[in-house]
Amino acid sequence: MTDIERLPYDVVVIGAGGSGLRAAIEAREAGLRTAVISKSLFGKAHTVMAEGGCAAAMGNANPHDNWQVHFRDTMRGGKFLNNWRMAELHAKEAPDRVWELEAWGAVFDRTPDGKISQRNFGGHEYPRLAHVGDRTGLEMIRTLQQKVVALQQEDARQHGDPEARIKVFAETTVTRLVKDGERIAGAFGYIRASGRFALFEAPTVILATGGIGKTFAVSSNSWEYTGDGHALALLAGANLLNMEFVQFHPTHMVWPLSVRGLLVTESVRGDGGVLRNSEGKRYMFGYVPDVFRAQYAETEEEADRWYTDPDHNRRPPELLPRDEVARSINAEVKAGRGSPRGGVFLDIASRRPAEEILRRLPSMYHQFKELADVDITKEPMEVGPAQHYVMGGVEVDPDSAASSVPGLFAAGEVSGGMHGSNRLGGNSLSDLLVFGRRAGMGAVAYLDSLDEAGGRPAATDAALAAAQAEAIAPLERAGGENPYTVHSEVQQTMSDLVGIIRRESEIKTAIAELEKLRERAVQVSAEGGAAYNPGWHLALDLRNIMLIADCVAQAALERQESRGGHTRDDFPGMSPEWRKVNLIVALDGDRVVLRRQPMKPMRGDLLALFDRGELAKYLTEEELPPAGEEKS
Amino acid sequence: MGEKVTLKIWRGDAGQGELTDYRVEVNEGEVILDVLHRLQATQAGDLAVRWNCKAGKCGSCSMEINGRPRLACMTRMSTFDPAETITLTPMRTFPVIRDLVTDVSFNYAKAREIPSFTPDPSVKLGEFRMQQIDVNRSQEFRKCIECFLCQDTCHVIRDHPENERAFAGPRFLMRIAELEMHPADTADRREIAQDDFGLGYCNITKCCTEVCPESIKITDNALIPMKERVAGRKYDPLVWLGAKIGRRPRHDTPAVPGGKKS
Repeated sequence: MTDIERLPYDVVVIGAGGSGLRAAIEAREAGLRTAVISKSLFGKAHTVMAEGGCAAAMGNANPHDNWQVHFRDTMRGGKFLNNWRMAELHAKEAPDRVWELEAWGAVFDRTPDGKISQRNFGGHEYPRLAHVGDRTGLEMIRTLQQKVVALQQEDARQHGDPEARIKVFAETTVTRLVKDGERIAGAFGYIRASGRFALFEAPTVILATGGIGKTFAVSSNSWEYTGDGHALALLAGANLLNMEFVQFHPTHMVWPLSVRGLLVTESVRGDGGVLRNSEGKRYMFGYVPDVFRAQYAETEEEADRWYTDPDHNRRPPELLPRDEVARSINAEVKAGRGSPRGGVFLDIASRRPAEEILRRLPSMYHQFKELADVDITKEPMEVGPAQHYVMGGVEVDPDSAASSVPGLFAAGEVSGGMHGSNRLGGNSLSDLLVFGRRAGMGAVAYLDSLDEAGGRPAATDAALAAAQAEAIAPLERAGGENPYTVHSEVQQTMSDLVGIIRRESEIKTAIAELEKLRERAVQVSAEGGAAYNPGWHLALDLRNIMLIADCVAQAALERQESRGGHTRDDFPGMSPEWRKVNLIVALDGDRVVLRRQPMKPMRGDLLALFDRGELAKYLTEEELPPAGEEKS
Repeated sequence: MGEKVTLKIWRGDAGQGELTDYRVEVNEGEVILDVLHRLQATQAGDLAVRWNCKAGKCGSCSMEINGRPRLACMTRMSTFDPAETITLTPMRTFPVIRDLVTDVSFNYAKAREIPSFTPDPSVKLGEFRMQQIDVNRSQEFRKCIECFLCQDTCHVIRDHPENERAFAGPRFLMRIAELEMHPADTADRREIAQDDFGLGYCNITKCCTEVCPESIKITDNALIPMKERVAGRKYDPLVWLGAKIGRRPRHDTPAVPGGKKS
């Protein structure tokens, strides 16, 4: 093992998107030596693809907004399965996190009085999303990147070395977390450009690896989204929570085939766009579920008045939470009222002047013009659902982002609980900032306790040798199957059988298929050498993809109800009994095992933010506050 | 559907390499990156291609397509004659790592030298007030996805590595312009724009603007206005006199020396 480079740090952050960079900034500002491991180049993480905005109840666009309203919207969006403490922290802290970005150089769109502008989005009662046109994620990643650079400049002045206390390892992939007994001792991986192995020796690891989109065939997610952090956590002994909840965002390009799954931002609807079927009908009025009936308009006239007079009219049904809109598109297409290429029509051309569309949705205009020859200021877009986000993830302590493994933390999409069964648009970017920072703080506190207790954990040689052998195996194995073939079959299996609408027989078939695919996945081989070899990389990613696909399928089979991002054809109703249950997956040897875990009841003061009548739609009778004590 | 196209792709590493011919299937609506992915999946599993979002948002898949700096994810196959041989080579200005992937660390080193956003420290969180009209210009520059195609095409450093020390390239001169035009920034980077980052090397041929996939008017809106600001600061006789008699600050916020590539 002489060829493993050893790199000692206090904190290793795996992932350089919004949550990873925010966590790293927090750790570095506390004086810790911090490594950021980036699967891609610095500044390219999947966060860059976020379009609509970052939800924070700043009240700039509507003074009635506050954290309580944001909290309520988040819980409703997640169908009350959210970890309520996370939803509370998120709603309370998001405004400061956005303002902090502004102080670090972010240039958000402005209101007429010079504050940060806020836009409407699905499920949010008031205009709440801080945004920059439709490229908010780019602004966020660049701002955080530039903040890291500013900290490096401080170190250059103070220590003569910009990387003295924070260093970004670009194009580096972690394949295993290593432990000393029960505690985290570091992360093992390889640096792509050289193909060399490295051990990041650190008592704390923060997972900020994002999601699992590449488990599915049609996804808006980038190359990086192979469930790495989810899998690393499982393999290190941590629990994953509620993996059955996968968000299928309703609007993506459906044509050309090569861009199928490319995101069409929800802002199109927030800014006035409507969905129509092949008959030209604005059909969403027929899809307002009972739990949301009171908050959504019943006529086109009322819906259209809402854009200019939201205080006296109810919201258009196009702005229902994502799960509802995605199911409606699915149903229209199934009923034979879809667009020619298998989606529905998203029309903003007939609703807003061309110049306004160009100003508010420049990326969408560019994307359709360049890739599909469609001018969205003149004609409707054809859109359909695609995998977009995973609500499930590493089970963490809400306040510190700590997992059950000492020294292991998780923030952002890789963590679970915050969004319940369905995430609201705009709540992801704010989640990254709020819990990225908290994970950084959690790591600082853990290190303090560790140093007081004396002695840091160290990786054993045996663990290192095993990690190295596992990583090198696909390169040394000759004549094995092509990893690209296995990957595409996994994706197709998941999209076909554990996709937007699920049923028991299909999920069982998927689990059997995955079993066969797993045997093939461990036998793949990669041609070529270790340096910048995408085939080898995919062979390593496959382990994670297979593991996570299994978790999603097992949890989807277990939960016999429909809620948020989990729709069971055979169990179409939402069950208050199931609401009290979290599904936990963990590894026993190399098998995924699943168990039910009761939800902690919501704190009384938070419960009091809702009407008893609304709570009764979600909770069991015994969970409800006694009649007469509810909020007036 | 299913037609085949001939690609010539540069394969090799930092040492040496050569153009290799491939015949690959192409389907309707595809872009260069789709074809490269099919090539990886069926014929060349180890072909090194840097990519990430495949949506024109991250700026990873920069390369030269028939000699022109472009994003592979935004270059549609329908723009080529079906019989045409398409040549794919790595960005020429940067050292090759492998195949179509280059070492772009030059850019990250330059980014680190530019004094960061410097707001008035007395402004509290949430109290910045800026009008949309005043942030429009900086926002245009912040559309940059850091694909580095402008850096690749700029003749000051393309085939002239000797200029790399003294010249930051269009992307980072634009970053200076972005900060200079930010209504809440208080630092002055006009002298260092010229002295440390080589604004004077730019002779406004607009090649950077031409290759920008975000259609940012780099030359007209960033570089030329910066040149005017530098001229006002460094060469205006009244300003010179003011500086002489101590009426105006004489020096900018200095560039960050430790940030320089060793």
